[in-house]
Amino acid sequence: MKPTVIVNSQQFQLTITRLSHQLIENHNDFSNSAIIGLQPRGIYLANRLQDELKKITGIDVLTGALDITFYRDDFGRGDQPLIPSVTNLDFSIENKKVILVDDVLYTARTVRAGLDALMSFGRPLEVELMTFIDRRFSRHIPIQPNYVGQSVDSIETEKVAVNWKETEGVDEVILYTTIEND
Amino acid sequence: MIKDLSVDHLLGIKQLSAEDIEIIFETADSFKKIINRPIKKVPTLRDVTIANLFFENSTRTRLSFELAEKRLSADVVNFSASSSSVSKGETLIDTVNNILSMKVDMVVMRHPNPGAHIFLQKHIDAKIINAGDGTHEHPTQALLDSYSIRERLGEVKGKKVVIVGDIKHSRVAISNIYALQKQGAEVMVCGPTTLIPKYIASMGVKVEHNLKKALEWCDVANMLRIQLERQEIKYFPSIREYTLQYGLTKEILDSLDKEIVVMHPGPINRGVEISSDVADSDQAIILDQVENGVAIRMAVIYLLASKIDKKS
Repeated sequence: MKPTVIVNSQQFQLTITRLSHQLIENHNDFSNSAIIGLQPRGIYLANRLQDELKKITGIDVLTGALDITFYRDDFGRGDQPLIPSVTNLDFSIENKKVILVDDVLYTARTVRAGLDALMSFGRPLEVELMTFIDRRFSRHIPIQPNYVGQSVDSIETEKVAVNWKETEGVDEVILYTTIEND
Repeated sequence: MIKDLSVDHLLGIKQLSAEDIEIIFETADSFKKIINRPIKKVPTLRDVTIANLFFENSTRTRLSFELAEKRLSADVVNFSASSSSVSKGETLIDTVNNILSMKVDMVVMRHPNPGAHIFLQKHIDAKIINAGDGTHEHPTQALLDSYSIRERLGEVKGKKVVIVGDIKHSRVAISNIYALQKQGAEVMVCGPTTLIPKYIASMGVKVEHNLKKALEWCDVANMLRIQLERQEIKYFPSIREYTLQYGLTKEILDSLDKEIVVMHPGPINRGVEISSDVADSDQAIILDQVENGVAIRMAVIYLLASKIDKKS
């Protein structure tokens, strides 16, 4: 697999700033809004947005983490057991505008599970979806994002990885392409 | 890192490793949060069918298993020996195979014969969870007991636990000894000589016949019920005398220079092995044990069910 950097750390930060401004446009003072990151990798984007919004507006936006393990549709179908992460929602989502956040939107099966998981905590007023990377034309389920960091057109054998300072030490997006006869 | 149980069935604590126990506890942490939410159900096992086969009476364990299964969205069928063909002379394998023919993926079984599950596991093709086999093991009870100690005291390792009462007839005691030792706790058993198995010390546990001394030594006291239904002969002169010697009262607890944790696997015989004021005190975590039982059973069912092949 040949790695190509498709978003470098400077572009990465610009994208987060743009996404934050898009959120401000739709949510004003965030008094009735909450950002919820999908475990395990969506939480980094959720936390970055929270920090960025604090910088821009001075507002502490409610931010949580949602684990979707028990809502997945592939239980018992993989070779490894599914290990749950932590759900951290210390606020009620009842009647809130929820922004569901993940790093890569691909088949949308994760988001489908995320919606189910979210609804078991109550009835939000509305739910929006934000993804840092949208791998277009690869949905298994008809779910589309409201906010997109970058769109990537990739084929099934390719892989897109979002790296975060918090975990990989650098902010970047990498596209792994298969090399013929490799 | 692959986190997977080393076993395909939960036959007893004896077959589990310390890592297995830790995996079960970590998974139970997630489920404990779920059962404390407004919507206590997850759809994970919606294509799994579980049969609860109770060849021996049970209220708490059976309810707890059934709740755990339903909160994981499994389909559940119940069976009790008193209302079945067992009384018509059918063998265990025939009974279970008949049930499995109806496409059941997992069997939760309580059986009066020690080792019934080990025997069954050799002959049928389904995941098996032992919900108690005679006087042998009761693994989910031991897991929830350790989990409750971990919750109250932070960890099980290094803790001193005394199991008081009818050790001879207690599957809870055997499973607890295995579980506690695997996690690095020290275990003592305490009770009248007649109710302590002769070779119990070979399991590496301390033996004490004086309740006061045992309590002074321990961090946690697990009080067992006197199982009169399993005792064909008299092991002590009277219940009254047993209570005087081994009943846990507020006076004894207050006379200790530390606060110990009091546990009981239930059902409680108030005024026999434990007095009412102790059972209802803050030191007793009896109802926490019951709550944790559901989370632990959800974890065990979840982890074993993930080994059912759904790929085909």
